Amino acid sequence: MIWNPEAECMPPEQRRRLQLAHLKNLVERVYEKVPFYRKKFQQAGITPKDIRSLEDIQKIPFTTKDELRETYPYGLLAVPEAEIEEVHMSSGTTGTPVVDAYTKKDIDVWSESMARTLAMAGTTRNDIIQNAYGYGLFTGGLGVHYGAKLIGANIIPMSSGNTSKQILVMRDFKTTILTCTPSYSLFLAEAAKEEGIDIRSLSLKAGCFGAEPWSENMRKEIEEKLGLQAYDIYGLTEITGPGVSSECEMKNGLHINEDFFYPEVIDPETGKVLPDGAKGELVFTTLVKEGTPLLRYRTRDITFLFHDECPCGRTTVKMHRLFGRTDDMLIIRGVNVFPSQIEQILMAVEGTDPHYLIVVERGASHLDELEIMVEVEAKFFTDETRGLETIRSKIEHEIKSKLGISARIKLVEPKTIERSIGKAKRVIDKRKI
Amino acid sequence: MIIKQISIFLENVAGRLAEVTKLLAKHEINIRAMTIADTADFGILRIVVDQPEKALKALRDGGFTAKTTEVLAVEVEDKPGGLARVMEIFQQTHVNIEYLYVSLEKNKDKAVVIFKVEDLKLGQKIVEEHGLGGTVSF
Ligand SMILES: [Zn+2]
Repeated sequence: MIWNPEAECMPPEQRRRLQLAHLKNLVERVYEKVPFYRKKFQQAGITPKDIRSLEDIQKIPFTTKDELRETYPYGLLAVPEAEIEEVHMSSGTTGTPVVDAYTKKDIDVWSESMARTLAMAGTTRNDIIQNAYGYGLFTGGLGVHYGAKLIGANIIPMSSGNTSKQILVMRDFKTTILTCTPSYSLFLAEAAKEEGIDIRSLSLKAGCFGAEPWSENMRKEIEEKLGLQAYDIYGLTEITGPGVSSECEMKNGLHINEDFFYPEVIDPETGKVLPDGAKGELVFTTLVKEGTPLLRYRTRDITFLFHDECPCGRTTVKMHRLFGRTDDMLIIRGVNVFPSQIEQILMAVEGTDPHYLIVVERGASHLDELEIMVEVEAKFFTDETRGLETIRSKIEHEIKSKLGISARIKLVEPKTIERSIGKAKRVIDKRKI
Repeated sequence: MIIKQISIFLENVAGRLAEVTKLLAKHEINIRAMTIADTADFGILRIVVDQPEKALKALRDGGFTAKTTEVLAVEVEDKPGGLARVMEIFQQTHVNIEYLYVSLEKNKDKAVVIFKVEDLKLGQKIVEEHGLGGTVSF
């Protein structure tokens, strides 16, 4: 089902004119209202008048995640603070969050994007959506919620966790659409089995899965184990949240809501824009964003763009399922984690510059398991097992409270962890995704 | 008397223990007492040797995390009730014991037991007052 045929099936030429009008309006707004952008324009020697075609967007400097952190909390605000109706944020490398602030219109755009996403998975007002994305600062929960409200479907705001109740609700309220991370869907299937419930025989017909990397193999497994159609959805907090792009019933690439989010793919080294089909770093410009607009924001996600004549009838550009990241960010149970964050915690606890190795696995439970091997150095070695156990549980506690994820700390002997020349290998990702 | 014990971190206790003993043998270091404290994941080997400084250097050069700890070497009569008497003295004088283990050392008819106590100075004082270890040497 196509939620907004006029926008989603618009002739490409007409859409380009619309995008250009939005872009011109956007650069004028931010040049006038946001000193951060005005300075960047001046440094690049351009003014809003230099943006006369969509290609001219390439004259505009990129915006990076570091800059979002440096301008925390409201350095990118393009409207008076009173216009802001909602704020979301994601954790950053250094603990300074990255902020997304929404006006009433921004929430409307988000709702519209998510309505399109849910509709692509077949959602109508007759459906019952069980939303197991976390509600709160994380955009997953409320993003789905707003889309469901716009469609008029019945939304059950489960939030994440509470597995037994999820299964109970799924059975008793005849959930038709499940929204959660792909790994959690498999966890649910296992848990249901243990409770003697055949999840396939319930009313599920589709699922919108995102917020962590997954694969075609995993799609097959999910569809088989849950008895539903599994769709990939994409978004990031900085660019509104979920709803940036999603799969239609063809399951061949994700349609980007490009009337709102203008995509480019660049060579991460040179910054040069790449043609359709060439893999590179995904960059977005939030064409209609009012609260915290982003110009050419580097997502660090790797994919390529392509235009096809999708049998679904939509004319929007597509992006391939993500291939990975340009940085070392790990996504563990939907939480973004950088090795440098773990390193900082180890340094704080031990008072040394430790040798460590992060091992990520997706175990029998289908959930990501994180193990951190830490070499025991003379400086924090104590004669008693109790002393080392204390250090270990302190590290585990700090990681849980600072990063929101559980990690198993394994203390190992010096030189256990392989030293490589140059940059140390900090991560082994064993997940088969 | 107070002596130096060497503690060594062992990730894989069974496999690595042999390497420690081999390394010490190579350097002609004699092990006089030994104990292992282990958890599910790792262990700490504690040894008393005849040349602690040399042993520490050899172990560190060999890639082990090792450090020295001061412990008490206490003479205990090698007969029923011998250890009980020492334990009773420590209890009455509030010397808190963290752990203890026996050594291969023998001083006439007395066995030498290694005590790790919370307050080393207090422990040393009590040992001297009760004549429990003045002549021990390794
Ligand atoms: Zn399509």
